[in-house]
Amino acid sequence: MAITKQSIEYVAHLSRIDLSPEELEKFSGQLAQIVAFIDKLKQLDVEHVSPTSHILPIQNVLRQDVPGQSLPVAQVLADAPKQQDNLFAVPKIID
Amino acid sequence: MEFHTLTAHELLPLIKDGKAEPLQVLRSLEKRIRGVDPRVKAYVRFHESLEHTEAKAGEGVLAGIPVTVKDIICTRDFNTECCSRILEGFRPPYDATVIRKLKEAGAIILGTKVNMDEFAFGSSTENSRFGPTHNPWDLARVPGGSSGGSSAAVAADEAIISLGTDTGGSIRQPASFCGVVGLKPTYGRVSRYGLIAFASSLDQIGPITKDVRDCALLMNTISGYDPHDSTSVDEPVPDYTAALTGDIKGLKIGIPDEYFVEGMDPEVKAIVGEAIQQLKKLGATHTPVSLPHTEYAVPVYYIIATAEASSNLARFDGVQYGWRAEAVKARGQNLIEMYSQTRGQAFGDEVKRRIILGTFALSHGYYDAYYLRALKVRTLIKNDFDAVFKQFDCIVTPTSPTPAFRIGEKAADPLQMYLSDIYTISVNLAGIPAISVPCGFTRNGLPVGLQILAKPFAEETLLRVAHAYEQSTAWHTMKPKL
Repeated sequence: MAITKQSIEYVAHLSRIDLSPEELEKFSGQLAQIVAFIDKLKQLDVEHVSPTSHILPIQNVLRQDVPGQSLPVAQVLADAPKQQDNLFAVPKIID
Repeated sequence: MEFHTLTAHELLPLIKDGKAEPLQVLRSLEKRIRGVDPRVKAYVRFHESLEHTEAKAGEGVLAGIPVTVKDIICTRDFNTECCSRILEGFRPPYDATVIRKLKEAGAIILGTKVNMDEFAFGSSTENSRFGPTHNPWDLARVPGGSSGGSSAAVAADEAIISLGTDTGGSIRQPASFCGVVGLKPTYGRVSRYGLIAFASSLDQIGPITKDVRDCALLMNTISGYDPHDSTSVDEPVPDYTAALTGDIKGLKIGIPDEYFVEGMDPEVKAIVGEAIQQLKKLGATHTPVSLPHTEYAVPVYYIIATAEASSNLARFDGVQYGWRAEAVKARGQNLIEMYSQTRGQAFGDEVKRRIILGTFALSHGYYDAYYLRALKVRTLIKNDFDAVFKQFDCIVTPTSPTPAFRIGEKAADPLQMYLSDIYTISVNLAGIPAISVPCGFTRNGLPVGLQILAKPFAEETLLRVAHAYEQSTAWHTMKPKL
């Protein structure tokens, strides 16, 4: 995969990160270098190796579905940049 | 009395016998921080005093002991910002489980936190919105990272004990650069509830301390199962201090060939070689072993860690907490513009790079080639360790290929920075525990760390070996001149 300014711009959009033209320039170069380094992994034959997503021998951890105590709404909203009517407030979703 | 110079295990009997009041200990620390922190810059948001810190000794095994906490672990009512603009002003409504346990043990949580690379992304503590922390042994050098604030504070006697976090070496590498002890516990040993997540299959919280006994003491309190963290493991917690017997006769040590290769500083090589000889004098035997997939650990890590981070950091979007970008256009913003502007303006360079890299590795068309392949190579790395631990009690390596580097030296080259974690990263991928303990100084007076690795849940072995080594040397008694 060639890391180009276009591909970085696209992935930055997927990541919801605004980049300035200077940042786009800088990151494209740096990320191209990093991806070239990571490509080292292609040297290995891993066809018959199973993946490890984490090292614990646990799959699903279940618990009884009993209601517990939640944090008070006011306390949680206290950290929000903007709140209204006991809810998180965000800009208009549809123009 | 200079209480700030003492360890927790030295302070505890003084507090118990009434020879030291917790408030006196706190005042002594505060004075020290005021005196040296303008140069070291380990603490963030420190204003004149340890404001908000309640100097009340509770009951318990750590009664009256002040604990210095990395800015990534949630402390109720105390700012927790991950040294990022995006969490500016964030005061968690709850305590992390480790903080709750420390309070229940009578410890005093300092109301001001210590510096780190933003979201723990880095190996030098230069990626902090508050600026870099300086290495107490040479102020022109980095303390390592990402737990550089914790390590520098402990080394400079600005802290008694500290909590750090380790995803690819972030406890051990700075502990090594600052000449203190740092332990990365087994994955699942310590609850991560209330730890702001970086890479969830790798992150662990662990102690950074002045000596091995304090490390064991802190492990006694923070370890154990927590229903709030489904990855914490229900294994009994031993008394780790009981492992400090001083006896390592017959211990079988493996020395991996792949860790003593080019790129390693010759002084570090010589110093670690002497430390291995010292372990032999204490009755251990050592044999060369092979961890053949070592060279793939850094590339595997930078796929897995960034992929997980790109997902974990999606929650920082200017909605529920922290900072939000104001509308830049007269007509206001729509929601997506608000997200992108908030994240674009509030994240630092390294955070942006890693989120973009991780999103790329997970994106359609590249998932198999990068992410899935990395998970498979992770299996090979883990198998390497499993094979060695069938025959050996532990593995001994340098913690880092070099001593502390200069501030700014690697800042423009992310790849060089990543390679400074080459000896620590495999441990997180394999989920095993490892400790870094001071093992000497370079001619320039920079500390070097010895890393000891063991199989899952063998923290007692690590502590026993590290303690036996430490007590047979004087490295842990050396203090930087500040």
